[in-house]
Amino acid sequence: MEGSSGNMRSSEQREEMKKIREKTVKKRSKQKEEEDQDQIFNFNYKPAEEEEDEEDEDLSDSEDSVYSGLEDSGSDSEDDEKEGSGDINDDDDDDDDDRKVESEQIQQTEERKRKEEEEEGVTDEYEHDSSDEEDIRNTVGNIPMEWYRDFPHIGYDLDGKKIYKPIRNKDELDDFLDKMENPDYWRTVHDKQTGSDIVLSDEQVELVNRLQRGQFGEVNFNEYQPSVEFFSRDVMIHPVTNRPADKRSFIPSLIEKEKVSKLVHAIKMGWIKPRRVEDDSRGRYYDLWASEDSSILAKHRMHLPAPKIPLPGHQESYNPPPEYLFTDEERALWEQQDPSDRKLPYIPMKFSSLRQVPAFPRFIHERFERCLDLYLCPRQRKMRVNVNPEDLIPKLPKPKDLQPFPTTQSLVYRGHSSLVRSISVSPSGQWLASGSDDGSVRFWEVCSSRCVKTVQVGRAVKNVAWNPNPSVCLLAVALDSVVLILSPSLADRQVVSSSERLLSGEQEVEPTEGAGPVIWSEAEGEELNQGIRLKIQHPKAVHQVVWHAKGDYLASVMPDHSSHLQVFIHQVSRRRSQNPFRRNKGLVQCVSFHPVRPYFFVATQRSVRIYNLVKQEMTKKLQANSKWISSMAVHPGGDHVICGSYDCRLSWFDLDLSTKPYKMLRHHKKAVRGVAYHRAYPLFASASDDGSVIVCHGTVYNDLLQNPLIVPVKVLRGHVITHDLGVLDVTFHPTQPWIFSSGADATIRLFT
Amino acid sequence: MGGLQKKKFERGSATNYITRNKARKKLQLSLPDFRRLCILKGIYPHEPKHKKKVNKGSTAPRTFYLLKDIRFLLHEPIVGKFRDYKVFVRKLKRAYGKTEYSAVERLRENKPTYKLDHIIKERYPTFIDALRDIEDALCMSFLFSTFARTGKCHVQTIQLCRRLTVEWMNYVIAARALRKVFISIKGIYYQAEVMGQLITWLVPYQFSHDHPTDVDYRVMATFTELYTTLLGFVNFRLYHSLNLLYPPKLDIKAESELKEENEDDYAMNSECYLEKLSALSASLSRVVSTAEEEEAELDQFPIEGDDIEKMEAREKEHKQQEDQKKLFEGLKFYLSREVPRESLAFVIRCFGGEVSWDKSVCIGSTYEVTDETITHQIVDRPNIDKQYINRYYIQPQWVYDCVNAKIPLPVEDYFLGVTLPPHLSPFVEEKEGDYVPPEKVKIMALQRGEKPAHEQEEDDEEEEEEEEEEDDDDNDDDDEEKDEEEEADEKNLKKMEEQRSQGKSLQVKVTPGKVKVENSARLEQEEKAEEKRLAIMMMKKKEKYLYDKIMFGKKRKTREANKLAAKRKAHDDAEKAKKKRKTRK
Repeated sequence: MEGSSGNMRSSEQREEMKKIREKTVKKRSKQKEEEDQDQIFNFNYKPAEEEEDEEDEDLSDSEDSVYSGLEDSGSDSEDDEKEGSGDINDDDDDDDDDRKVESEQIQQTEERKRKEEEEEGVTDEYEHDSSDEEDIRNTVGNIPMEWYRDFPHIGYDLDGKKIYKPIRNKDELDDFLDKMENPDYWRTVHDKQTGSDIVLSDEQVELVNRLQRGQFGEVNFNEYQPSVEFFSRDVMIHPVTNRPADKRSFIPSLIEKEKVSKLVHAIKMGWIKPRRVEDDSRGRYYDLWASEDSSILAKHRMHLPAPKIPLPGHQESYNPPPEYLFTDEERALWEQQDPSDRKLPYIPMKFSSLRQVPAFPRFIHERFERCLDLYLCPRQRKMRVNVNPEDLIPKLPKPKDLQPFPTTQSLVYRGHSSLVRSISVSPSGQWLASGSDDGSVRFWEVCSSRCVKTVQVGRAVKNVAWNPNPSVCLLAVALDSVVLILSPSLADRQVVSSSERLLSGEQEVEPTEGAGPVIWSEAEGEELNQGIRLKIQHPKAVHQVVWHAKGDYLASVMPDHSSHLQVFIHQVSRRRSQNPFRRNKGLVQCVSFHPVRPYFFVATQRSVRIYNLVKQEMTKKLQANSKWISSMAVHPGGDHVICGSYDCRLSWFDLDLSTKPYKMLRHHKKAVRGVAYHRAYPLFASASDDGSVIVCHGTVYNDLLQNPLIVPVKVLRGHVITHDLGVLDVTFHPTQPWIFSSGADATIRLFT
Repeated sequence: MGGLQKKKFERGSATNYITRNKARKKLQLSLPDFRRLCILKGIYPHEPKHKKKVNKGSTAPRTFYLLKDIRFLLHEPIVGKFRDYKVFVRKLKRAYGKTEYSAVERLRENKPTYKLDHIIKERYPTFIDALRDIEDALCMSFLFSTFARTGKCHVQTIQLCRRLTVEWMNYVIAARALRKVFISIKGIYYQAEVMGQLITWLVPYQFSHDHPTDVDYRVMATFTELYTTLLGFVNFRLYHSLNLLYPPKLDIKAESELKEENEDDYAMNSECYLEKLSALSASLSRVVSTAEEEEAELDQFPIEGDDIEKMEAREKEHKQQEDQKKLFEGLKFYLSREVPRESLAFVIRCFGGEVSWDKSVCIGSTYEVTDETITHQIVDRPNIDKQYINRYYIQPQWVYDCVNAKIPLPVEDYFLGVTLPPHLSPFVEEKEGDYVPPEKVKIMALQRGEKPAHEQEEDDEEEEEEEEEEDDDDNDDDDEEKDEEEEADEKNLKKMEEQRSQGKSLQVKVTPGKVKVENSARLEQEEKAEEKRLAIMMMKKKEKYLYDKIMFGKKRKTREANKLAAKRKAHDDAEKAKKKRKTRK
């Protein structure tokens, strides 16, 4: 049923088409030839046509063939009739179809004849059948025909009847024979769908040829016809169409109005701006500095121009002198270093010719870093110190003009076997006493460097001090906790006797001294022979002994943190001792008497205190500004003090000026061990562990307004540093500009 | 009980400075915009004298700007443009998001742009200011002009940079302003004197760049934006100062010469002109065509005394400079294809030489290899097949060395295949005590007009130098020697003492005394040295510190110089030994 209904539909359609075609028959008659070709495209029709027209029909008439094909299927016989007679009622036809099938088949032959007659009249109807792709005879559609290889038929016609294959298939031989015999073989085409051969007509062959050449199918068709311009710029009198204009073309559009008003509003509000005129002044140059006014210049006062990139040196050359190239060690060092520490940011390289020079890999980096420097680097104005170093050196009087002062080492006193702690010169300047760690005190003749006397005291001698009174000849020796008074008898008889008298005069008074911390005792026997007269036993180890200028008083120092018993003042003539201080004010380093007035200097670790012995009070406290005072000397005038300290400094105090040092001298490289003033000449000296003695000129003026003049005049070297100790003590000759120094190398040296 | 209590950090230096973040907030700019603004306006951080005071007591590391600078930025019209741009970008993004492409188009048409002219004028109120600061601009432009179109920056920027640098080079040629050239491993340094300002710039070698990833190209691009504007204005002014047309035009004569039938092969018509300009082989046309520029003679003023010498020196220098300008005049160069064409053409043309090259290398070659009048052919290969007799085949270094020496150097050292003499930096000016490489000494002798001396003499000179150095060393050593002597004496004495102490009889022996020759001059010197030492001891602590620093620097310098000299000597000795060995064989 489905098949039949499909047929019905298709037939209906065809009929409608036919009607339309009928109307235009006459017009199309002109284009008859064209349509011929349309037919040709539709090869499906051909085989059918051939089948029927084998006997009589002419191939050229394609309309016949189309029709005959239809006829062959035998389905539309009635339709055709009706068509031919003009359509009465289409609906009835369908009903009739089924009924009349059998009868039709019987009448086939008759009908064929009839149709042939009818064809003459109806041909035009099918001329314009453009449904080429629609195969009318075989309904299997566009499938591979191999599927029907094993069947006797090759498909079905419109009525669902099988279309049978030609009874005898052509074999090779037939084919060959055909090829040889049939003159039309070359134009014969096998139609697989219907299993028949079609011989193409001359026109068809011609058409194929034309198509192959890429030409139009129709011979007469002119591809280059002049085109008629339908719409042209010329204003025509008549409208193209005669249609009257719409009403809406006369009425202003509301939508447009809305849009325009929106735009206008937007323009008013400044939302839409007119199209920007392309500003071509950008990238165009002119004389910018035509009028240079200085008014802007004032703004730039704070401007710091960026420093320029330093210019390259020889080592950056592509072919530098060989000395600028890195050695292996330098290269290794360069590679190890942090990039910021490197002296050069690149390795110098040598290329034998210009063409071998490669691109510098860090070029962009360096440029970029420069950019960063320009805008990120804080700038600061720094004054470059452009000083001639010579100008920095102070202008001092020439040492030559400040003579005399010791300049050369003239004598060496040898004999001690250990470091010489202390030396002292007799007031006459003829004798030199020295105390050493080897437990001996030696007396030397200054001029000949002969050791005239040796006193074995048994223990390391800490300090020796010659009595400054020229009328007596006594020597105080500090060792361990004992202070010995020696009478070396190295003077005139008169002097010796006077000193004996001084020592003996007190004997009566001695017993009056009760049992204090200090015990006076007289030496006996062997000791007496050696010249030791008195022993003053202290509770603790004595480090220093100092005579008063008059030669009667003697001060001894026992540095101790914990007690107030650090300093004792002894009166030799009366064999009396007293402790002047009630309170402990720090570790006492050394003490000194004022040369003329009753003042007493006590140097603790960091300061120097000056006591008035008469009033029994402190008059001044000098801040030494050093960590640990080692030694102190008082100017013979009494108004100036120098302090040496273990932190390499020598401070000069002007007592009239201030309690702060007037000058700090940092001449030594190591701890200062001893300082000394010359009694007559304006000289002072300092001895240090670095093995040198520095002699300075220090003029003191009577005028209070003029500061002392301090000029270093000579650095004396000679002592050998042993056990990190250099020169331990230094003393001036009382009258001559000579200086003695004792060192850790067990020698005493005289510089003149 | 007077008045209010003064608050801290409300007066003084704390109010003069502002931190970066605060400045940014004040300007209402994002950090990139702020950065761009700072770059364009030349605002840089300042290091306050007392950081802690400015930093309100904190010692955190911060960058400070002068408040005045930031206030100054507030009035900058470009800040407004930046804001516009920000808005533009936002709108554009939105339009893209909504796929409103018509809106995108409209927005793009109205893209805000800005000009930097006023900033240039403001930063460089006078032309000389601009010239002083043009070095960085030139370096940057030359770098950007060598970039490939890889998207690191806009193509227009690259083209603009190229154009401006070509213009600059053409100006330098026209003004004959080049003074020094130096081929370094980084690139080629040029130094020109423009309006009395020495301007040095560095041109990278013509290779493609290996673009580093840790470089912010936006920063560089901003700088380039500023620099190209500056360079354009400077070029304009410079061209006009020489009566040249700007934008530059080739001389009509030169142009006709350069016309070739196959010039289309090189570039498109639009690019052709720039290419021709960048060939640097033709002169530029002037507004007023003067046939010969008259020599500006220095006017003579009546002068007395001291000034005469100065004047003479100046005149001499002037003359020397004029001579240098005509260094290559009358010489005809031909560049082989393996030498850096642009650099050599630039240098040769700057000193009046004529130059040409192979047609296939670049547009603008004026004569062929076969030209018989060529005097020098610059070649950088070990040998060449076909040589003409009447020309020198030299290596490119000759040109550069001649320029630096200001005289035509002997060509023998620069022939093909010869080991080149070292290429020295012309920027190093040796002061007293600095190390001077022997090659420099040689060149200086040549400049003085001395004949190139024999090797022997050179050696003598060197030796002399060395001796001098040794002398210096001696002075230092003297003291030590003395000490040593003393020590020896002491040892002797000790020995004697020991002997005595051991109870041996002393071998009494009188040795003949030696007469010590007193060198008065030396004594005096020593005395002076000691005086100085003593005086130094008396220096104040501050001055001593400074003095020590200066002396340390000096010593280091001499040490370095000595090291170089020693290295050189070792090298020379090694070379000599090698030579000897060779001759023996």
